[in-house]
Amino acid sequence: MVEWSASERSTITSLWGKINVAEIGPQALARVLIVYPWTQRYFGKFGDLSNAAAIQGNAKVAAHGKVVLGALEKAVKNMDDVKGTYSKLSQLHNEKLNVDPDNFRLLGDCLTIVLATKLGAGFPAEIQAVWQKFVAVVVSALSKQYF
Amino acid sequence: MLSKYEKELLVTIWEKMSLKAEDIGSDALFRMFTVFPKTKTYFAHIDISPRSPHLLSHGKKIILAIARGARNIDSLTTTLAPLSALHAYHLRIHPTNFKLLSHCLLVTLATEMSDEFTPAAHAATDKFLSAFSAVLAEKYR
Ligand code: HEM
Ligand code: HEM
Repeated sequence: MVEWSASERSTITSLWGKINVAEIGPQALARVLIVYPWTQRYFGKFGDLSNAAAIQGNAKVAAHGKVVLGALEKAVKNMDDVKGTYSKLSQLHNEKLNVDPDNFRLLGDCLTIVLATKLGAGFPAEIQAVWQKFVAVVVSALSKQYF
Repeated sequence: MLSKYEKELLVTIWEKMSLKAEDIGSDALFRMFTVFPKTKTYFAHIDISPRSPHLLSHGKKIILAIARGARNIDSLTTTLAPLSALHAYHLRIHPTNFKLLSHCLLVTLATEMSDEFTPAAHAATDKFLSAFSAVLAEKYR
C-alpha cells in the first residue's frame, strides 16, 4: 500500500484545485496523440487524427480528455485506495480496449507537461515530485488487472 | 524523423534557452534529483543543492551541449562523440537515466515557455532528446 504524508495529501488536493478539467483534459489527451502517435491506434473511431491541428480540433478527443480527467478526480478523492477505485477501469482497458499499459505512463507524462505549461513557477520540483508519485500510483493501479 | 520545420524550431528554442542556460539547466537537474532521487548517486562527489555553484555550472554545460546538438542535428554522432565517450566509458551512467533527465528538461521548458511550448514544440523536443540520449548511450556496449 502507498503511504501518503499529510503534506503530500494537501499538495495533491491543492494542485487539483488549480486544474481546469475542461481545459487540461483535452490538451493532455491531444498531446499524447501528437507526441506519441502510436497511441492513435486505439482511437480509430474518433475520426480525423491526421495531424496536430486535426487532433487539437477534434471534438471527440476533447470530450474523452474530460472523461479521463474525471476518472483521475476519483483517484484524488480516494488516494488510499486507488487500486480498488480503478479495478474495473483497469479490467476494461485490458480485456475490452486492449490498451498496452506502457501508454498509461505516456499520458501521465503529457499531463504533467501540460500542468507545467499552465502553472509555470507554481510547479516547482517539490510539487512535481509529489504529483509524479500520484501519477505513478494511478498508472500502477490501471495496470493491475493485466495478466 | 525530424522535419525541416522541426529542426528549425529546435534551433530557435535552444538558442533562447542558451541565454539563460544556468537557470534552465540547474532547474532541470534539480527536478531530476528531487523527482528521481536515485539519480543523485552519480553526483555524490559534488554539491548539488539548489543554486549551488556546481549545480549552476553543470546546468549551463548541459544546456549548451544540447543547443550545440540542435545546431548539428544531422551530425549528432560526430558532434557528440566526446560526450558519448565520457558518459559511456568514464561516467558509466545507467542508460535509463537519460529518459529521466529528458523528462525533467521537458517539464522545465514547459514551465519556462508556457503556451509557447505547443504540442508541436513538445513533440519535436521529445524526439530530439531521445535521439540525443541514444547517441550519448550508443557507445555503452
Ligand atoms: C491516466 C490514464 C487513463 C485514465 C484515467 C483513463 C480513463 C478512461 C475512462 C474513464 C474511460 C471511459 C470508460 C467507460 O466508458 O466506462 C476510458 C476509455 C478509453 N480509454 Fe482510457 N484512460 C487512461 C489512459 C488511456 C490510454 C493511455 C489509452 C490509449 C493510449 C486509453 C484508451 C482508451 C480508449 C480507446 C477508451 C474508449 C474510448 C471510447 O471509445 O469512447 N486510455 N479511459
Ligand atoms: C541530455 C542528456 C545529457 C547531457 C546533454 C549531458 C551533458 C553533460 C555535459 C556537457 C557534461 C560535462 C562534460 C565535460 O565537463 O566535459 C556532463 C557531465 C556529467 N554528466 Fe551528463 N549529460 C546528460 C545526461 C546525464 C545523465 C542522465 C546523468 C546521470 C543521471 C549524467 C551525469 C553526468 C555526470 C555525473 C557528469 C560529471 C559531472 C562532474 O563531475 O562535474 N549526465 N554531462
